[in-house]
Amino acid sequence: MSSNAQKTGFGATIWDYITTVDHKKIAILYLISGGFFFLVGGVEAMLIRIQLMKAGNDFLSAGTYNEVLTMHGTTMIFLAAMPILFAFMNSIAPLQIGARDVAFPFLNSLGFWLFFFGGVFLNLSWFLGGAPDAGWTNYASLALASEGHGIDFYSLGLTISGFGSLIAGINFLVTIINMRAPGMTYMRMPLFTWTTFVASALILLAFPPLTVGIFFMIFDRLFGANFFDVTMGGNTIIWEHFFWIFGHPEVYILILPAFGIFSEIFAIFSRKRLFGYTALVFATILIGFYGFMVWAHHMFTTGLGPTANAVFALATMIIAVPTGIKIFNWLLTIWGGSISFTVPMIYAVAFIPSFTAGGVTGVMQAIAPLDYQLHDSYFIVAHFHYVIVGGVVLAILAGTHLYWPKMFGTMLSEKLGKWTFWFFFIGFHLTFFIQHFLGLMGMPRRVYTFGADQGWDLFNAISTVGAFFMAVGVIILLVNVVMTTIKNERVGNDPWGDGRTLEWAIPSPPPFYNFAQTPLVRGLDPYWIEKMEGNKEGMIYAEPLGDIHMPNNSFIPFVMSLGMFVASFGALYHLDGDKAWALPVLIIGLGITFGSMLVRSWKDDLGFIVTKEELIADQERIQREAQAREGGKNGGLK
Amino acid sequence: MDLNKRYTPQTWPDHPETATLEGKNKFVGFWLLLAAETVTFASLFATYLALKDKGPSGMEFTAAGLFELPLVFAMTMILLTSSLTSVYAIYHMKNHNFKAMQAWLGITVLLGLTFLGLEIYEFNHYVHLGFGFTNSAFSSAFYVLVGTHGAHVVFGLSWFIALMLRNAKRGLNMYNAPKFYLAALYWHFIDVVWVFIFTVVYLMGVIG
Amino acid sequence: MMKGPKKWRLFALMTALLVVLSGCGREEISTLIPAGKVAQDQFNLLILSSVVMLFVIIVVSIIYVLAIVKFRRSKVGEDMIPEQVEGSARLEFIWTAIPIVLLLILAVPTVYSTFDLADVTAMDAQTEEGIAESLTVNVTGKLYWWEFEYPEQGIITAQELVVPTGERVYFNLISADIKHSFWIPSIGGKLDVNPENVNTFYLEFDRESAELDNGVFYGKCAELCGPSHALMDFKVKSLNREDFDQWVAGMQEEQEAPTEAVAQEGQALFEQSCIACHATSGVGATPGVGPNLATFGDRNTVAGFMEHNEENLKNWIADPQQYKPGNLMPNAASLNNGEPFSDQELDALAAYLMGLKVEE
Repeated sequence: MSSNAQKTGFGATIWDYITTVDHKKIAILYLISGGFFFLVGGVEAMLIRIQLMKAGNDFLSAGTYNEVLTMHGTTMIFLAAMPILFAFMNSIAPLQIGARDVAFPFLNSLGFWLFFFGGVFLNLSWFLGGAPDAGWTNYASLALASEGHGIDFYSLGLTISGFGSLIAGINFLVTIINMRAPGMTYMRMPLFTWTTFVASALILLAFPPLTVGIFFMIFDRLFGANFFDVTMGGNTIIWEHFFWIFGHPEVYILILPAFGIFSEIFAIFSRKRLFGYTALVFATILIGFYGFMVWAHHMFTTGLGPTANAVFALATMIIAVPTGIKIFNWLLTIWGGSISFTVPMIYAVAFIPSFTAGGVTGVMQAIAPLDYQLHDSYFIVAHFHYVIVGGVVLAILAGTHLYWPKMFGTMLSEKLGKWTFWFFFIGFHLTFFIQHFLGLMGMPRRVYTFGADQGWDLFNAISTVGAFFMAVGVIILLVNVVMTTIKNERVGNDPWGDGRTLEWAIPSPPPFYNFAQTPLVRGLDPYWIEKMEGNKEGMIYAEPLGDIHMPNNSFIPFVMSLGMFVASFGALYHLDGDKAWALPVLIIGLGITFGSMLVRSWKDDLGFIVTKEELIADQERIQREAQAREGGKNGGLK
Repeated sequence: MDLNKRYTPQTWPDHPETATLEGKNKFVGFWLLLAAETVTFASLFATYLALKDKGPSGMEFTAAGLFELPLVFAMTMILLTSSLTSVYAIYHMKNHNFKAMQAWLGITVLLGLTFLGLEIYEFNHYVHLGFGFTNSAFSSAFYVLVGTHGAHVVFGLSWFIALMLRNAKRGLNMYNAPKFYLAALYWHFIDVVWVFIFTVVYLMGVIG
Repeated sequence: MMKGPKKWRLFALMTALLVVLSGCGREEISTLIPAGKVAQDQFNLLILSSVVMLFVIIVVSIIYVLAIVKFRRSKVGEDMIPEQVEGSARLEFIWTAIPIVLLLILAVPTVYSTFDLADVTAMDAQTEEGIAESLTVNVTGKLYWWEFEYPEQGIITAQELVVPTGERVYFNLISADIKHSFWIPSIGGKLDVNPENVNTFYLEFDRESAELDNGVFYGKCAELCGPSHALMDFKVKSLNREDFDQWVAGMQEEQEAPTEAVAQEGQALFEQSCIACHATSGVGATPGVGPNLATFGDRNTVAGFMEHNEENLKNWIADPQQYKPGNLMPNAASLNNGEPFSDQELDALAAYLMGLKVEE
């Protein structure tokens, strides 16, 4: 019974998390490391805003500024937003479909550790000669010319973490395809599960082009290939295509789960079934589908010619339709409901106007000739922060509050949560709204300084003030997390009182086997259905209580990822004349990885059995704890 | 799952690869992985086509001048045959005939090794002609596309060999049946990619 | 002393006014004050799309505000269980159809304009005598400066683009190193300057730059190209056709030798240290390693972004890396037999360079 919770020491807890294959614990790992990288990216954002506070500022040097802006973008997208969303997907999606774990618990752990070591590798660049400095887009001509090893840290780090994302994507897809509880048809899946599903499909098809592009970059810089070297017949536009064939679906990989979280919130806190559930599902699929056909709208000024530009302009505009369908369905969901303004709901309510504003500027940029003016100016900076902060980050903050009790068994403070919200929300609009106008006033993006004669001083100063508001909001959130953790007031199954889906029918946090008996699903929002029919247990069951098969913990994923991490140092330095150790390190690292793969396939890993008696005992323990809590005081909101 | 359960050809399920939930998961997951692999190779093909015959001014080598079909045609036939032998292996796996499966897998591995040897010979030949990896955009694109396929062949062979050795003594069970199945599936995928390489790189290259 | 709230109100008013006034930016660089046909077309698209989008925002806002005001739990009652509505096919149709109509309104001018702005077929048109009908400028982006070659006129200049007003000017863009992007915000949108291919487009300049506060339009590099990307500025002088022809004629003449002693000294020094990279004549020159300096005395900036005076020029020559990190100009010592330029030498160089003029 390696996974059974026992009171153990700190070291044992660490070991447990390093070797865990439990989707709920891996979710916590994703949340913590994603949260850490979010703070790192946030500090980088603050450095950017301080530098641009006034004309001719010399807070950061030109080269350092480029490193900071590159790492801000790369960190936020790959190491903060995606992992935090993975945290919610991991934690919640299996519960929503009534599964005991994901399809590949071992790979789940491997995916996390690959992401983690990739992120650490990338950030080590700061201490090992300089961070990448060619923007998160890493356009080839600049990246090839960049001195030092910054770009190599970018390429190798993203390769490792990219494999992690791909594995996670496949895992979610198979989990949702194969592991749904009886009765949980596709059209009864909660929208968060649906968006997880579609986002995972996008990961599956979008990450390979990025990996290929990055491999070309690695080969060019470290092994003498000529994919992007124009003098040797190479072509830098190839990089642009691959990057954006990945990059555009990537923004949907981020925003779709965000849509999913908000869909859950609107339904829960309006006490109402999602309006137009079917339309929402099809809009999600359509957005994912179109996401692959519009990448060249990032390249309107590259010179692809008017036909390509016109086609991609029209294709891009079409995406506004399913997105609009979603917005209106959400509005109609809260219409006629009973709205409770909890912190998650406030974020969701704030998301609608913020995201709409970001969406409409997206349509404006789809107008190719207009985009010639807007592209690579501060207008685009404003636009993508409106959709990513106004969409994804608000969803992450909302999801953190919403799912914190399910993940940790205790509620974040509503009062501090509201303070965070107001600081963050006001700061967000203050920072980015005005940047639309800076762009229209001719300010290009990615400039480390600007002259006093350009007329951009005032708006930049205002923008910087806004950034400080956002920082304050995040600090309050940290305080909230610490205080909540110290207080540790345990809550029951459905702490918000209006939960609708299966995750709210089981304890918070759920036992390691999630469901003692697999539930039988009778419709959309199964927990709500049972509640309305007066079923105290909140579930009916598809099977009698019996033995459960669970996977074993494993240390191999950690070692396998560590091998990649080690090998990357060898690859990075093998061309430097003075580092003879590099090639052996490359070989040893790869040896560790492939060796652990061999061990994995050699050793049978059949998991273990939780017997019926153990299950009954554990269920009784849960009951006792719940009664003790009820006796003390009411858990949750009311 | 009980590894000690003994099966006979009569009790052995028709589709042992998907008879358990683990097997089903692996089956779906592996097909999805192949989808990702397809996109990977599509990207490599696109790059190869974009950079075909591109190089510094005065470049010596072009596809039409470099490639010779006889050797590559032999390689193609060998790999196609190995795909067929792996089909036989899986046929016997489904009939719970472990020995026959191992034998056919052995033949598959031998054919695969032959293919690999010829590919190494081919690359070596080009390098000796002076067509190195760093010569031009064309050479980089060629070696990376064909080399990535070669790396897949190496991985597929290692997989087969590991499975054969690991299970040599204990025979087939519900735990390793999906593994054999998927390794063979992977081998077919490698084969299909090679057919495209043969067509796009070599045939179209020689024709010009 | 004014009372607190009143003072605050005044302050708020002033701030609001300031924001509105500065809301359009400077006429030299703002896309909101178009000074050419291309920028005007794009500005019109901006206004059209803004109006359409504003309509969307208003509709969403009305439903949104009504919903969150009317259906608060405090209003509808704590125990109210709302009706679990599934959806409405009619509504779904409406909010699918109306956006499609709105997008069609945007799509038509988008497609038209995309082709219109890319139409460079008239570029090679010639008069009966075989002279090109319109002006073509070959632009080369280099780390971190711009070279402008006028192939028909046989002249080359750098950092300050000089163009005639009231006619289409065609541009061929290519990069000599890293990808850049060529952007004159108040004249028209940007086009990338790729290392592997020539990109071609046209712009029109409807306003003489002399009317502007600072006498020039500002041009920018809009694609991250290295540490000094932010400083890769250029300036645009738009002259009426007559003045432009005069400028071309001036460029085509040989530079007059300087008359002052100090400038002559500077010329001698220049020819010893700088001439390998910098040409001082606009005519007959081939594209250079460094910017062509034939018009240096006429320029509005030193190095594209510093105020045009001898002090800045001397500082720049003495230590270019300090002002434009990562640029390719060698440091002074390597040009001057291992010694930095003395103050006297800098004075001489500055005097010489400031005397290089083609305008009167």
